[in-house]
Amino acid sequence: MNKLSLRTFTLLQTATSVGLSALAWAVTGVRPIWSGSQPSDRQRIYFANHTSHGDFILLSACLSEKERAITHAVAAAEYWGKSKLRRFIAEDMLSSVLISRQWTSPEENPISVMLSVLDQGHSLIIFPEGTRNMSDELLPFRSGLYNLSMARPDVELIPCWIENMSRVLPKGQFLPVPLLCRVVFGAPVAVAPGEERRAFLERARSELLALNPRPDRDD
Amino acid sequence: MRHEISILIIGLFVVLSTASATAALLSARAPKPLSATLVNLTQRINAWWVMVALMAVAFFFGRYGMTILFALISFAALREFVTLTHSRRSDHWVLLGMFGIVIPFQYWLVWTAWYGLFVIFIPVYCFLLMPAITALHGDTERFLERVSAQQWAIMISVYCVSHVPALLTLNVPGFEGRNLLLVAFLIIVVQGSDVLQYIFGKLFGKHRFSPTVSPSKTWEGLIGGLVASSLLGTLLSFITPFSPLQASAVAFVACTMGFLGGLVASAIKRDQGVKDWGHLIEGHGGMLDRTDSLVFAAPIFFHIVRYFWTV
Repeated sequence: MNKLSLRTFTLLQTATSVGLSALAWAVTGVRPIWSGSQPSDRQRIYFANHTSHGDFILLSACLSEKERAITHAVAAAEYWGKSKLRRFIAEDMLSSVLISRQWTSPEENPISVMLSVLDQGHSLIIFPEGTRNMSDELLPFRSGLYNLSMARPDVELIPCWIENMSRVLPKGQFLPVPLLCRVVFGAPVAVAPGEERRAFLERARSELLALNPRPDRDD
Repeated sequence: MRHEISILIIGLFVVLSTASATAALLSARAPKPLSATLVNLTQRINAWWVMVALMAVAFFFGRYGMTILFALISFAALREFVTLTHSRRSDHWVLLGMFGIVIPFQYWLVWTAWYGLFVIFIPVYCFLLMPAITALHGDTERFLERVSAQQWAIMISVYCVSHVPALLTLNVPGFEGRNLLLVAFLIIVVQGSDVLQYIFGKLFGKHRFSPTVSPSKTWEGLIGGLVASSLLGTLLSFITPFSPLQASAVAFVACTMGFLGGLVASAIKRDQGVKDWGHLIEGHGGMLDRTDSLVFAAPIFFHIVRYFWTV
C-alpha cells in the first residue's frame, strides 16, 4: 500500500469488475441517471452516500469499462486489511485503495495515499460519511473531500446518490434483496474562492442530498 | 396443435409488420422533431416484436418454457412492486423469503400440478406466516402498511401471474395436450385488448373514464377495446375448447378484468407518486405496466375454464 503504484486492470480485476457489474444488474437492474454531469473518462472524484458494501459495486457498474479500469474505491484499512483474504478481495480483486484511520507514518496519511492515486491520473470513489450509515439521515462529511479538492482543484468532484442500496443489502446482511436501484450523478461541486472547509463540506452534502429522487422516503 | 400455433405466429407477424409499417409511415409524414406520442408508439411496437419473439421461444419449450418464463416475470414484477413500497431494515428476511422461497415454491406447485396447495399456499400460509415473522422481529412501526404491501406484492406478482402457466395443468376433456393454446388465447386476447383500448382511446377518446386515477383511460377506449377484443376472442375460438359465442363471452370477462387490473395498478402508482413501475420494457415502462391486465384476468380465466370445462 505504501508504495502505491497503479496499473490499469489485471485480468482478475477485469473479470471481477465485469462479473460484479453483471450481478449488480441482474439483482438491482441498476441504471445511471446523469443529471448535471455526463459520462466521461476525465479524472474525477465520485463521492456518494454509503449504506452498504454494494454501493461501490453499483456505482462502478454505472461507469464504462474504460472508466472502471482507472477508478478506485477508497476503503478503510481497519476493515479490509484485517485478514489476508479481505485484503486480497479489496486490492487484488476490487482494486480498491485502502486508507487507515489510525495512521502513524507520514506515507500512511490518507490524504497522501489518495493524492498519489490522483497523481497517476486515476479517479477515486469516496464515501465522505466515513462509514456505512445505519441512520436515516446523511451523516456530516469528513474533511477528506475538501482537502483533496484544495490540493488538486482540476479534478472534478461528482456527487452520486445511490438509491435503495440500504434496503438491498443493509449493513450486517450478506444476502441481497433484489430491488431496483438507480445511481444519480449530479453536477460537479468545487470549492468556491475563500470558501471555508466546514461551509464547503455542508454544501457538498446538501448537493448530494438534493439528488435523492425520492426525498419523501425515509428508507 | 402445430397447425394452430403456426396460424397464430403468422397472424402476429402480419399484425406487427402492419403496425411497424404504419408507425414508419406516420413518422415519415409527421413534422420533425417527432411528437412524444409517435416516438413512444415506435418504441412500443419494437418492444412488442421482442416480447412476441420471447413468448414464441417459451412456447417452443412448452411446459418448461412457460413455467420458467412466468417465474421470471413474477421476479421482475415483484421487484418493481417491492421497490415502490415502504419497507424497513427488519423486513430483510421476509423480503428475501418472498423472492427466494415464495416464487420458486409457487412455481414448483404449478409444475407438479398440486392444485390443492397451489391455490392456498400464498393466500393462507404466506399471508399468515409473513406478518408473524415481521411481528417476531419486534419492529411495529407502520406495521400494517408494511405487511399489507408485502401481501399485495406477492398476491399480484406471484399468485396471480402463476395462474397463467397453471392453465397447462387443467384437464379439459377432448382438449388434451393442447393447453398451451389456452395460454395463447388468454395472452393474445388480454394484451390485444390493451392495445385495442390504446388505439380506440387515441383515435376517439374524449370522455375520461376516471380522471382521478388514470388520465389515459377513456370511455371510448374502454368500449371500443372491449367490443373489439370480444370479437378477437370469437375469431380465436378455433384454438380453444369454447364455441364462438362462449369464446367471446370468456374474452369479454377476461378483458374487463384486465381493464380493472390496469385501473388498480394506476391507483397504486398514483398513490406512490410514480408514472411507471419501472423501465424494463422500452416505451411501455416496467414489467407490471405490461402485465397489470394479465394479472387480474389470469385467475378469473383459470377458474372459469376449470369450473365450466374440466371434469
